[in-house]
Amino acid sequence: MADFIFWVIWALIVASAALVAFGNNLIHSVFALMGTFLGVAGIYIFLNADFLAVTQIVVYVGGILVLLVFGIMLTNQISTARISQSSVQKVLGLVVVLGVAAIILTAVLPHDWVGSTLPMEFTDTVTGIGNLLFTDYLILFEIASVLLLGALIGAATLARKEL
Amino acid sequence: MIKLALFILFLPLFSFVFQIFSFRRFEEKKGEWVSVGIQFITLILSLVMLGMMLSKSDPNFSLELHQSWLDLGIFKIDLGVYIDNITVIMLVVVALISSLVHLYSTAYMAGDVRFSRYFGFLGIFTFSMNGIVLANSLFMIYIFWELVGLSSYLLIGHWWEKESAANASKKAFITNRIGDIGMFTGMLIIATVLGTFNFQLIGERIHDGMWAANAGMLFGGIDPHKLLTVAGVLVFMGAVGKSAQFPLHVWLPDAMEGPTPVSALIHAATMVAAGVYLVVRIFPFLTADAMATIAFIGGLTAIYAATIAITQNDIKKVLAYSTVSQLGYMIMALGTGAYVAGFFHLVTHAMFKGALFLASGSVIHAMHHGLHHLNDHETDPQDMRNMGGLRTKMPITFGVFMVTTAAISGIPLFSGFLSKDAILAGTWAYAANVHDGWLAHFHLAWILPVFGFGAAAITAFYMFRLIFMTFYGEAKQPQIFRHIKESPKVMTIPLIVLAILSLFFVFTLPSVNPISDHGWFTTVVQSPESAVTTGPAFDLEHFEHGMHEAHVPAMVTSLLVAGLGILLSVLVYLLNKISAEKLATKLGALYRGSYNKWYMDEFYINGIIRPFLKGCNALGRFDLDFYDHYLINGWGRNTKRTSKGVGMADDLIVDGAVNFAGIIFQWLGWTLKFVQTGKIQNYLIFVLIGAALLYVVNVF
Amino acid sequence: MDHLSSYLVLSAILFSLGLYTVVTRRNAVAILMGVELILNAANINFVAFSKFVTHNLDGHLMSVFIIMLAAAEAAVALAIVLNLYNDRGHINVDEANALKQ
Repeated sequence: MADFIFWVIWALIVASAALVAFGNNLIHSVFALMGTFLGVAGIYIFLNADFLAVTQIVVYVGGILVLLVFGIMLTNQISTARISQSSVQKVLGLVVVLGVAAIILTAVLPHDWVGSTLPMEFTDTVTGIGNLLFTDYLILFEIASVLLLGALIGAATLARKEL
Repeated sequence: MIKLALFILFLPLFSFVFQIFSFRRFEEKKGEWVSVGIQFITLILSLVMLGMMLSKSDPNFSLELHQSWLDLGIFKIDLGVYIDNITVIMLVVVALISSLVHLYSTAYMAGDVRFSRYFGFLGIFTFSMNGIVLANSLFMIYIFWELVGLSSYLLIGHWWEKESAANASKKAFITNRIGDIGMFTGMLIIATVLGTFNFQLIGERIHDGMWAANAGMLFGGIDPHKLLTVAGVLVFMGAVGKSAQFPLHVWLPDAMEGPTPVSALIHAATMVAAGVYLVVRIFPFLTADAMATIAFIGGLTAIYAATIAITQNDIKKVLAYSTVSQLGYMIMALGTGAYVAGFFHLVTHAMFKGALFLASGSVIHAMHHGLHHLNDHETDPQDMRNMGGLRTKMPITFGVFMVTTAAISGIPLFSGFLSKDAILAGTWAYAANVHDGWLAHFHLAWILPVFGFGAAAITAFYMFRLIFMTFYGEAKQPQIFRHIKESPKVMTIPLIVLAILSLFFVFTLPSVNPISDHGWFTTVVQSPESAVTTGPAFDLEHFEHGMHEAHVPAMVTSLLVAGLGILLSVLVYLLNKISAEKLATKLGALYRGSYNKWYMDEFYINGIIRPFLKGCNALGRFDLDFYDHYLINGWGRNTKRTSKGVGMADDLIVDGAVNFAGIIFQWLGWTLKFVQTGKIQNYLIFVLIGAALLYVVNVF
Repeated sequence: MDHLSSYLVLSAILFSLGLYTVVTRRNAVAILMGVELILNAANINFVAFSKFVTHNLDGHLMSVFIIMLAAAEAAVALAIVLNLYNDRGHINVDEANALKQ
């Protein structure tokens, strides 16, 4: 059963991401993106990453996606229900991207990953992440806070009318 | 009981929130009565707690509530509430003075521009003071310690348009900060060695030998006992700042720039007593040496401040120095091991000094009123030289002044006598019996009773001087005098309540013997056992025996010296048998020293602050004149000269080569121009192709 | 679901789709969406390796920081996009080629 659900989610991610990449309607793309984000959260659960799964939903679906929708709504005529989008250099892009994908897959797949047959079971990653955040990763954590502050101020400054 | 305590803690915070956020909305609608009501509710709650505590009457009673606040796995900080008899008594004192001051302020501060802010700050002060009282750990005390510092700062600077008030608030804050650095360091030493801030756990762990086991290892082989002494003295530094002990006392007299009710609440009765309370809390882990230091600083402060108070003419300044002196008494008492006496004096002092300040506020209020009638903005309403003969005009204030002055001078039948006498007996017993601590050598310890009795005599002298100058004699400014009248009821009622609480029986019940030391107070408050096991600790049993023996001689002596002080005061200021001016000229240097506060402020400014600034300036000049001028600019000049030479060579040889290369690249640029589309996505494609090529080349 | 490769393939596909979006879309918001896809692909990789290879939480930490970075990036990028829109009335990236001049 779990296996079946896993593959369903897998397919959901691929399908919705494909809609993001190839869809013609921007609004459809955004909603497909929500499917991708939720699917990735599901994948996290299969990877025993409970904290990340929740964070994924809260930050991506609750935050970034809403920001993106705002971005679309503020930069288009909302009255046109269908917000179409066009693409450039489709063929060239497809070729190059397929090439990159091929390279990644040839690099990754034949490799026999150490310990890949013995998945480790985490229970409750929250405590562990919390401990690491305040010990080994403390400086990164502090830098991240400064970065967020900078982004906050930067975004606010940039978005002001009288720039 | 814990729930009651939490209510008492947080209700004043609600008062603060209400006053700050309602701002002027309720000002005309008597919004201040919300705060007054809240304070009286906390007073009732704390009286209920007192009743519960007295019905148990168990000296070892205690309750504790823990709540983990910050848990980093390896290091935990708990916040919590600790209640024992001392806590309950302190809560009652704080709630009582605070509610009376609130009531008093409704009249005293009427018409002030920042009326609701004033009450809000009183609320946050009461909240943080209750926090200190209820704290169960050094860490929590530190949090609220800073909060009372903040509220003190805000209230001293309440009239910040006046430059002196703004300066005084800064001075208070910064001076306190110096003490707090010591306190924080001491706290960290204790927490490093014992892994906890909790008072009970610190006591237990020191007692179980954890200090002796860990201290040397963690601090490079230092003697654990010495480290404990250092930690104790460092934490005590916090008390030196907050309780205005020598040499950090300078802020308290200046703090009188704040409104008088604030002086009564914060700078006489409660906040400055927080330092004493801190020493009470850390008492079990003080070593004999640390206690000797504390006793000496306290004694020095007591006599030092008393000598200054003699010559001050500002009514509030006299009381301020008197407060410093009395705080010195308490600290000295704790240092000599007279734990009960020290805490007892804290409580009695809170009552009578609160009353004295409020009464002086009543006088100032009346003077202000008189000056207002005359449209006189020049005369200082706080200067005692402008008063005189007020007793007929302000009978209630005068009566309160008399009672509380009697209390502070240590006259029998009043509360101050009981506590002061116990302290003096304590110093006597300490001097006679002490074996450990550095004061024990060469009979040095006898200096403490000398300080104590000396300060007692001087206190009696200057307090009666204050009374005679203010209330007796002829009115020195008759035109003001005519307009003076007694303050309204909301101001006199708190005075009367506090005056009644300065009578002896309040503290000796159920006994009515005015010299009894077996009242309810001494039943519920008893010295804790010393937890120090690393070296000589304080010998409590021996000391209490000695204190018992010293009781009667100390009492007789203290009565004698107080009588002497009063007699002298009567001769000089009431009967004018001895001229004050002649005395002053005869004692020339001493008089000037006392009048100028022994030049302590000047010492700080000229001895520390100026030289420091001068040093900074000198370093700055060194930077400009030497470093910048010779090294940097000199380097620059030399470089300039060299570059000129090099420049010529450049023009000829290098430029030729570069121009040639330039021509080549210009041609290259022209040919490659078609790639530069200016579109990011094209560039990205090129990057990807490049990356792919790199991979292919590397792998195959 | 018990094999690392199934996650790696998923991640590779997600990455490629994201890359394609970034390379071909004209709309700046759509490009941002592509970037989010790429970041998600990286996150899946980190967590999968964390579970199957290193057996510790370092990968999770990386993902946390990436998510945080993505949030910051989205906020700033959208602010830029809004400015672009205010400036030109459209947000087509291929016409924003002032770099050429």
